[in-house]
Amino acid sequence: MERFIGRYWPVFVLPTLLAFLIGFLVPFGMGLYLSFCDFTTVSDAVFVGLNNYVRAFSDTSGAFIHSLWYTTLFAILSTLLINLFGLGIALLLTRPIRGRNLYRTVLFLPNLIGGIVLGWLWQVILNGVLARWGVTIVTNEWYGFWGLMLIMLWQQAGYMMIIYISGLTTIPEELSEAAGIDGASPWQTLWHVKLPMLMPSITIGTFLTLTNGFKLFDQNLALTNGMPSGRSELLALNIYNTFYGRAGWEGAGQAKAVVFCAIVVGIALLQLRLTQSREVQQ
Amino acid sequence: MEMRKIMALVIAVAVLLSLAVIFATAEGPAAPGDAQMPVPSNGQPSGQTGNETGAVYYLNFKPEQATQWEELAREYTSQTGISVTVMTAASDTYEDTLRSEMEKAQAPTLFQVNGPVGLRTWRDYCLDLSGTALYRELKSDEFALKDGQEVLGVAYAIETYGLIYNRELLSQYCDLPEAVISRPEEITNFETLKAVAEDIQARKEELGVLGAFTSAGMDSSSDWRFKTHLANMPIYYEYRDRGVEVSETIEGTYLDHYRAIWDLYINNATCPPGMIGARSNEDALAEFALGEAVFFQNGTWVYDSLIQNGMEDEQLGMLPLYIGAQGEEEQGLTTGSENYWCVNKRASEEDIAATIAFLEWVITSDEGREALSGDMGFVTPFRTFDEGYTANNALQRAANEYLEAGKTPVSWSFTTIPSETWKNNVGAALLEYAQGTGDWETVRSAFVDGWAAEVTNSQRP
Repeated sequence: MERFIGRYWPVFVLPTLLAFLIGFLVPFGMGLYLSFCDFTTVSDAVFVGLNNYVRAFSDTSGAFIHSLWYTTLFAILSTLLINLFGLGIALLLTRPIRGRNLYRTVLFLPNLIGGIVLGWLWQVILNGVLARWGVTIVTNEWYGFWGLMLIMLWQQAGYMMIIYISGLTTIPEELSEAAGIDGASPWQTLWHVKLPMLMPSITIGTFLTLTNGFKLFDQNLALTNGMPSGRSELLALNIYNTFYGRAGWEGAGQAKAVVFCAIVVGIALLQLRLTQSREVQQ
Repeated sequence: MEMRKIMALVIAVAVLLSLAVIFATAEGPAAPGDAQMPVPSNGQPSGQTGNETGAVYYLNFKPEQATQWEELAREYTSQTGISVTVMTAASDTYEDTLRSEMEKAQAPTLFQVNGPVGLRTWRDYCLDLSGTALYRELKSDEFALKDGQEVLGVAYAIETYGLIYNRELLSQYCDLPEAVISRPEEITNFETLKAVAEDIQARKEELGVLGAFTSAGMDSSSDWRFKTHLANMPIYYEYRDRGVEVSETIEGTYLDHYRAIWDLYINNATCPPGMIGARSNEDALAEFALGEAVFFQNGTWVYDSLIQNGMEDEQLGMLPLYIGAQGEEEQGLTTGSENYWCVNKRASEEDIAATIAFLEWVITSDEGREALSGDMGFVTPFRTFDEGYTANNALQRAANEYLEAGKTPVSWSFTTIPSETWKNNVGAALLEYAQGTGDWETVRSAFVDGWAAEVTNSQRP
C-alpha cells in the first residue's frame, strides 16, 4: 500500500493541485501584481508602482484605520466567544443525554445558511426587536457590532462544536476515569486532562474563527452595510467600498487587500505557534 | 525514477495548460459557445451563431424591464437569425457585474454607463457612435455623452422624478374643514408644501394615514432618493446661479434649502426620524401603495410597481421638488437620463456591426419602438418615436403636463457628482443628522468639502 502511494501520489495530488493553482495561487499572484497597477478590468492593467499603496493610506477620514481596530476587536472577541460556546455545548453533548444527535444537528444547521441570507434575516429580527426602544441596528456602530457577534455566534458555534466533539471522543476513557479515581473534581479533570488533550482541536477552532472574524464580509454587508457613516465597516467591506467607490481607485482597494492579507497571515501564524506549542502527544 | 520524471513532466504540462487557459479566457477573442458565457436568458443556444454574422450581448441595467428585453431579443433573432443575448444585472450590482463580464472571452458588446462619471471608468471601452443612426436620430445633443468630438454614449430613456402624490388622499385632505389648500394644484412652492404636509401630519388620524410622507428610508435600496436625487436640487440651483453645467467646487449656497426639505421629509413621515436607517425602498413603496402616506419622492420608473400593487392611474400625480428657491413657482419636474448605451470598442468587428444594427432596429422598427415605449414605458430621446409612440405611464403624463404648462424642467445635475464615495458620505451624514447622532455641519462638510476632495481623488494617477 505504502509503495503504491509512494509511486502514484501525483495522481492523487494533481486534481487538488490544479484546483489550488487556478482557484488560489494564480488569482493571488494576479492580485499582488494588480496592487501595483491602474486598471478597470483585471486583464487590462498599467503598472504604476507604489502609487496605490500611497493612496490606500492617504485616507484622511481615517476609515481604514478605524476598520482595522474595529475588525481586530471583533475578531478577538468573536474567537473567544465562539470557541467558549462551541466547547461548552460540545462538553454537554458528549454526555449521555437523550436526543443528543438531534441537538447536535439543530445546533449545526445555522452553518448551512449563506452569509447574505443570514445577515438579512437577522437584520429584520434585530430591527424588529430594537424598534421597541426606537433605535435600529445602524443607530450606532455598537449595535451593529453586537448584532454581528450574535450572528457569528449563532452560525459558527455549531461548527466549532462538531470539531470539539470529535476531539473529545478521541480522548481515551481511561484517562478521565483514572483522574476520577485519583480524586480529581470534574473541573480539574477538564482543566488538567481534557483540555491538554484537546489542544489540536483548539488550534483548529481558534484558527478558523480568528481568520473568519478578520475576513467577515457577507454578514457585514447585509446586516449594516457599514452604516452609520462607515463606522461598522469591517476591513473586507472597507476594501470592497474602496474598490468601487471612485473611478480609478480599484488599485488602491487592491493595495489595501494585500496589506490586509499580510496582517491576517501574520496573526494566524502567531496564533498557530501559540496554540501548537501547548499541544501534547498522547 | 522513470515514473517520477514522467510525473514531473505531467505536472509541468498541467500547470502550463491551466495558465494558458486562464490567459486565453482573459484576453482571447470572442469565441461562440465559450464555456464561460453567462447562461443566456433568452434561451438561445449560444453556439448557433457563426462568427461571420456577429452576435449581440447586452448587459441590461434595469431589472424592471428584464423580460421585455428578452422578448425583444427573441423577436429580433427570429427575424434575422442573429443571436442577441440579454443579461440583466441584479439590482444595485451593475458595476460589479459589468467588470466581471468585461473580463470574459465573450464580453458584453452593449452595456450602459450612468453619465459623465460612469464614463470615466469605461471611457477606454466605448466606441465612438457619431457615425450611427443612433446618434443622428437623437433629438438633441444633450442626450449624447460626449468626450470632445466623440459620442461615447447615447441616452435611450428619459426619466422624470419628483414628489409623487396620492391624488385621492390629497383631494380628501382638501375637503377637510380648514384645509390649507382647496385643490392639489395649489401647491406651487415649498411654503405651501410645508404647510400642507405639516397639517396632514397633525391630522393624520382624521385622514386615515400614518404620515404625510413615506418613510425616508436610508437603507441602501432607498438612500439614493435623497443622497443623489434630492441632492440634485441644491446642486442644480447653484449651477444655475453660477451659470455652469459642471463644476470642480460647490459652495453649498442652497444647503439650507436642502436641510429644510429633509427636515420636512423626516419629521412628517410614517415613522420617527430615528427609524429611517432600517427602512427600504420597498417599505416606502408599500406605504404609498397602501394609502398610508400622501407623498412619495420617486420617479416615473416606479409606475409599474405602483400599478402592480393595486393603484390606479387616477390616483397618481407628481409635484416638482420644491425646496424654497427663488421663483420656484415656474419650476417643473426633474428630467434627465442616467441610462446611456455604449458599444464595446474591444468587441470583434462583426459583433460591433451586429450590435449597432440591433440598436438601429430597436429604434426604427415597429416592434422595437412598441417594446421600448409601450411594454417598457420609456420616454426616448429619438426622433423615430415621434410618430405616435408615446409611453403608457401616468406619471410621465404628469411630467408632460408641466412641460406643456411652460414650466422649466430641472436637469439631472447629479450626474456630475464626482464619485460614489461623495454620495455615500452625504447619505451617511443625512442619516446621522436624522437619527440625532450627527449634526448638519457634517452634512455641509460632506457636501462642500467632500466635493472638492472627491474631484481631486478621482483624477487618474
